[in-house]
Amino acid sequence: MNDYSGGEVMTVVAARALKNDDVCFVGIGAPSAACNLARLMHAPDITLIYESGTIGTRPDVLPLSIGDGELCDTALTTVSVPETFRYWLQGGRISVGFLGGAQIDRFANLNTTVVGDYAHPKVRLPGGGGAPEIATQCGEVFITMVQSSRSFVGKLDFITSFGHGSGGDHRLRLGLTTKGPTRLITDLCVMEPDPTTREMYVTAIHPGVTREQLQANTGWPLRYSDAITQTPPPNASELATLRELQERTRRAHAQQ
Amino acid sequence: MSVRARILPLSSAIEECVRDGDSVAMEGFTHLIPFAAAHEVIRQQRRHLTLYRMTPDLIYDQLIGMGAVDRLVFSWGGNPGVGSLHRLRDAVEHGWPQPLELVEHSHAAMANAYDAGAANLPFAILRGYIGVDLPRVNPQIRTVTCPFTGEQLAAVPAIRPDVGIIHAQKADAQGNVLLEGIVGVQKQVVLASGRALVTVEELVEDFGPRSSNAVILPSWTVTAIAVVPRGAHPSYAHGFYPRDNGFYIAWDKIARERDSFRDWMRIHVLQQPTSTQASA
Repeated sequence: MNDYSGGEVMTVVAARALKNDDVCFVGIGAPSAACNLARLMHAPDITLIYESGTIGTRPDVLPLSIGDGELCDTALTTVSVPETFRYWLQGGRISVGFLGGAQIDRFANLNTTVVGDYAHPKVRLPGGGGAPEIATQCGEVFITMVQSSRSFVGKLDFITSFGHGSGGDHRLRLGLTTKGPTRLITDLCVMEPDPTTREMYVTAIHPGVTREQLQANTGWPLRYSDAITQTPPPNASELATLRELQERTRRAHAQQ
Repeated sequence: MSVRARILPLSSAIEECVRDGDSVAMEGFTHLIPFAAAHEVIRQQRRHLTLYRMTPDLIYDQLIGMGAVDRLVFSWGGNPGVGSLHRLRDAVEHGWPQPLELVEHSHAAMANAYDAGAANLPFAILRGYIGVDLPRVNPQIRTVTCPFTGEQLAAVPAIRPDVGIIHAQKADAQGNVLLEGIVGVQKQVVLASGRALVTVEELVEDFGPRSSNAVILPSWTVTAIAVVPRGAHPSYAHGFYPRDNGFYIAWDKIARERDSFRDWMRIHVLQQPTSTQASA
């Protein structure tokens, strides 16, 4: 039995993927935790931008929404939302975008719009928000999602954000020169795109996870890299920093 | 022509600015969301509204659940950091209390469309919607060819609402409006709208010392101003009060069932006098 949860290993592994000189477009939830954990650990100079227009923000607690006051109070500067999307995102200033979703397919296309038919949905999800353009305009995209066969599906009900499309050179054929999803970090493993087919395949398995478990939680036949590794477990310092951050956040939100 | 904003009680301001069947944009990106104004729209029983907003948030969940809305133009419809907007979902999934037509965009497209509206352009251009399904279900998303490079770009109609409603920190004696913090698309929506209503935390004689680049809407760009302290709660007003994250979390349970939603709205909105912001 590990002394950490699947969510914690997902956040820690995502944090490790970020570099000190990254300029990162941050979403709420696991991405926000990962980006701030990276900033508190090995990447103190990382630039975090939330879509509310806060640039270079250094929140002490994790925000509940993308526009909490904490983000503005600790930002280098705060710009308007049209400026955020036009100058900073479309302007090509962001190196890493972080996304999640309700459904993902083998080419890392994402659905956050509907389950079922668009006009008569079984479940109406929130929609795309910033994601459709984050997916194409950031230098590369990291995705964090809890892995299950309900969310890792053979076919998406709706493509909200474009990953590698139907694979191969699909991005290039659409004129996209950004890399798209380069890492899919789950609570069980890390996947990366196959260099040729662009299908996401497993490159690292988290400690204690079996291939049977991975396949049972995936709605397509999983492929594995020949150079597969085991994820180094979260160390004591990473876990302590993450837990302190989460605890500060819980206290702050409970007070309000 | 420069006609100064008039400072009115909230009920008169809504009565004058918002009519049945209007297209209305109540903006504020997480920050400065004009809840008190929306509650007055609900009390005055406006119907058949087309609502614009990037993030419908609790404010539109309430208007939709109370049957004020025929059509919603939006780009992200969730309770931030919490989950679903249950009233929005109930309207889309089950047509309760009435069917809701959706016109769905991405954030980048909505932000560009407000900007185009303020700039008096017919449409906005962006390098967007590449490879995705939204253009398939929203016929308002089209493409244009760049006349210089031949590049195909996405085009969406400018947003020009009948009424724009925002909340701000301060108005001065002349009716100029000062905004600080996360300023979202508030300036764009006021300049794009036919009529603009601003609720403010406080009325001051003069703004005093400030940055030369402070976001100020001159009095003659605003139709009416109403002074409503805590008028953005449970959203927040930078420098006045923080976001009530506890209430955003509590809303999930309140709005999940039709009865609990209606009870809450009756007690905290319908039975409240104008300008008294319900607190959870």
